[in-house]
Amino acid sequence: MAEEVILLDFWSSPFGMRVRIALAEKGVKYEYREEDLRNKSPLLLQMNPVHKKIPVLIHNGKPICESLIAVQYVDEVWKDKSPLLPSDPYLRAQARFWADFIDKKIYDIGRKIWTTKGDEQEAAKKEFIEALKLLEGELGNKPYFGGESMGYVDVALIPFYSWFYAYETCGNFSIEPECPVLIAWAKRCLQKESVSKSLPDPQKVYEFVLVLKKKFGIE
Amino acid sequence: MAAGEEVKLLGGWFSPFSHRVELALKLKGIPHQVLQEDLSNKSPLLLKNNPVYEKIPVLIHNQKPISESFVILEYIDETWKRNPLLPQDPHDKALARFWASFIDDKLAEAVRRTITTQGEQQQQDVKKATEALEILEGELKIKGKRFFGGETLGIVDIMLGWISIWLGVIEEFAGVQVIDPENFPVIEKWKRDFLQVPAVKESLPQRDLLVGYFENFRRFKLASVPAPGN
Repeated sequence: MAEEVILLDFWSSPFGMRVRIALAEKGVKYEYREEDLRNKSPLLLQMNPVHKKIPVLIHNGKPICESLIAVQYVDEVWKDKSPLLPSDPYLRAQARFWADFIDKKIYDIGRKIWTTKGDEQEAAKKEFIEALKLLEGELGNKPYFGGESMGYVDVALIPFYSWFYAYETCGNFSIEPECPVLIAWAKRCLQKESVSKSLPDPQKVYEFVLVLKKKFGIE
Repeated sequence: MAAGEEVKLLGGWFSPFSHRVELALKLKGIPHQVLQEDLSNKSPLLLKNNPVYEKIPVLIHNQKPISESFVILEYIDETWKRNPLLPQDPHDKALARFWASFIDDKLAEAVRRTITTQGEQQQQDVKKATEALEILEGELKIKGKRFFGGETLGIVDIMLGWISIWLGVIEEFAGVQVIDPENFPVIEKWKRDFLQVPAVKESLPQRDLLVGYFENFRRFKLASVPAPGN
């Protein structure tokens, strides 16, 4: 059967990157479609009428919305290669817990770093480092959160690494001295083609953030 | 239950999130022990088993803890396969997860805020909650089944279960109306059918006890929130 896989995405979206990585890990051929978020395509509005957001994975005409849900879908459908979630239910629960933690913390706190100043920004930076340190604790000595190979939590987190330079520059701080183990993990992930081809150049992300700041009248 | 299996739920009778887990365990017929937490005086067991959030519910299965209600529900479904809560088909599964996530991110979050907000802000939160419910009403209508899970309760029904009793209590003392029964015939029927399920009847708290609990909670919260404009 001819499989048709389309990904509606936006280049700098960490959520979109997650799905790109999952598809690449599984060797799935797909069509990448860049959305203009100021002028969303009829297809996007049709496929995600509830949230009207990217990423949307469309498999044989059927949409899957929300990045972590799409990653799990990819893992379940293309299950013969590079499993992302472990098979043991307890380990799966732990992986889901940490992916959910990343969703609750990293994006919103990171956003505060580049959209605020002064005390609010300092508080966001502190909270951000604390969250990263918790994740470092979970990583421990393992090469990846998934163990010997990349897994669900790695896929959930690594896209935000492409935003670290933007956070650091806007926030005037450095993450590596605080979280060396995590940065080492990130560089290890970037050695993988599925990751390096899915993440944008951090410099470009920073330039994009500057455009957004100007647009929103920040600083 | 296999010999030596130990299932404990660190929960609270007042907590809709804890109820989700209780309901799932009952639907699957899993013997378990519920330890009631006092959130103003959290037990060492809770702090040790959920160090990240220090929140209930926490399921402890053979001494291993799982936190976050939806994560727990998926764990229960994967560990005890009788009476499945999630569909088998990957796309249907993805849809179930989507609606579960929607219920928490859009509906529960907005309703939660109405407990502690006032005036214009509260009105906005009510509006968001009502809009989220309208979307769910539409979705259930299209489905044309008794529950989101079909003829029996599924994971989405369990995630939504709190509207059968907690929502009314919150509306009452917060002085808001999120759900006008006339506008939500499908959801209202869903609620009636939900409340008829034996496992639900056995696990829901008493309404008057909930009212008392939330009245205290709102007074406490309002007293500790800075006045608008500060």
